[in-house]
Amino acid sequence: MLKKVLEQLPPHGLAIGMALVDVTGRVCTVRVPYAEHLVGDPDTGTIHGGVITATLDNASGWAVRCHQEWCDEMSMATLDLRIDYMRPAEPHKDLMVQAECYKLSKNIAFVRAVAYQDDVNDQVATSVATFMLGTPNAPRTDVS
Amino acid sequence: MKILQQLRDEGRADDMQALLASIPYARFLGMQVERKGNEVTTILPFKDSLVGNVNLPAIHGGAIGAFLELTSVIQLLFDTSCERLPKTVDISIDYLRSGKPVDTYGRAIVTRQGRRVANVRAEIWQDEKSRPIAAAHGHFLLTPV
Repeated sequence: MLKKVLEQLPPHGLAIGMALVDVTGRVCTVRVPYAEHLVGDPDTGTIHGGVITATLDNASGWAVRCHQEWCDEMSMATLDLRIDYMRPAEPHKDLMVQAECYKLSKNIAFVRAVAYQDDVNDQVATSVATFMLGTPNAPRTDVS
Repeated sequence: MKILQQLRDEGRADDMQALLASIPYARFLGMQVERKGNEVTTILPFKDSLVGNVNLPAIHGGAIGAFLELTSVIQLLFDTSCERLPKTVDISIDYLRSGKPVDTYGRAIVTRQGRRVANVRAEIWQDEKSRPIAAAHGHFLLTPV
């Protein structure tokens, strides 16, 4: 299971450095090691909110794929993503994200996720996302 | 030296391109900004490392979220003078269309600006401005000078 999902690491996920570290039940855990190119505030060295956004989005997508009712013929598209930032991430520490798909209906997947560093109860950010489920995406023809 | 203070000291307080150049993550995304009078448009030139879905292909939802957030912050800093970079309190993103592998443009408006918090709406598009690919609204904490 882990391997199958990992093979889907997109180029942007690779560029950020995210890695799926664990899948337990419906919960996916993702790690992003601290890196200089992710810094959003040069004054403090804290990573940019966008990194957290990208990781929450990606981890949430993985959580949908890890749901027991997911089948590989399905496709999904993010409908919305709401993120609350509770505190800045501390510099030089890995960012961790745990995402759980708590409902997979016929058309929509509902996912919540938390971003933290050392302690899952001392959160950097939380998010809720919904994904539209559908038939497989055909490669686009509108861009040459 | 704080980056915003440094730009002010150099008389470049409204040079948003210089600000972006000082943010490592904005450089990593390859984001640019274009200014026409008091209008600021952000640009996210397409590159392969932005892709989230290789089959379509489509730009990663996280890159889109980051671009919306940075577009909001740039507009906020253009409109107001801050001691430090605004802190995002929350952001809510609507994904409207998949992001094609082409350049993306962004605009934001500060819908309300208080002393400590600002509400900002942002929209990004590709071929047609009237067909946005994503929109966001967020709250940002300010540190007035």
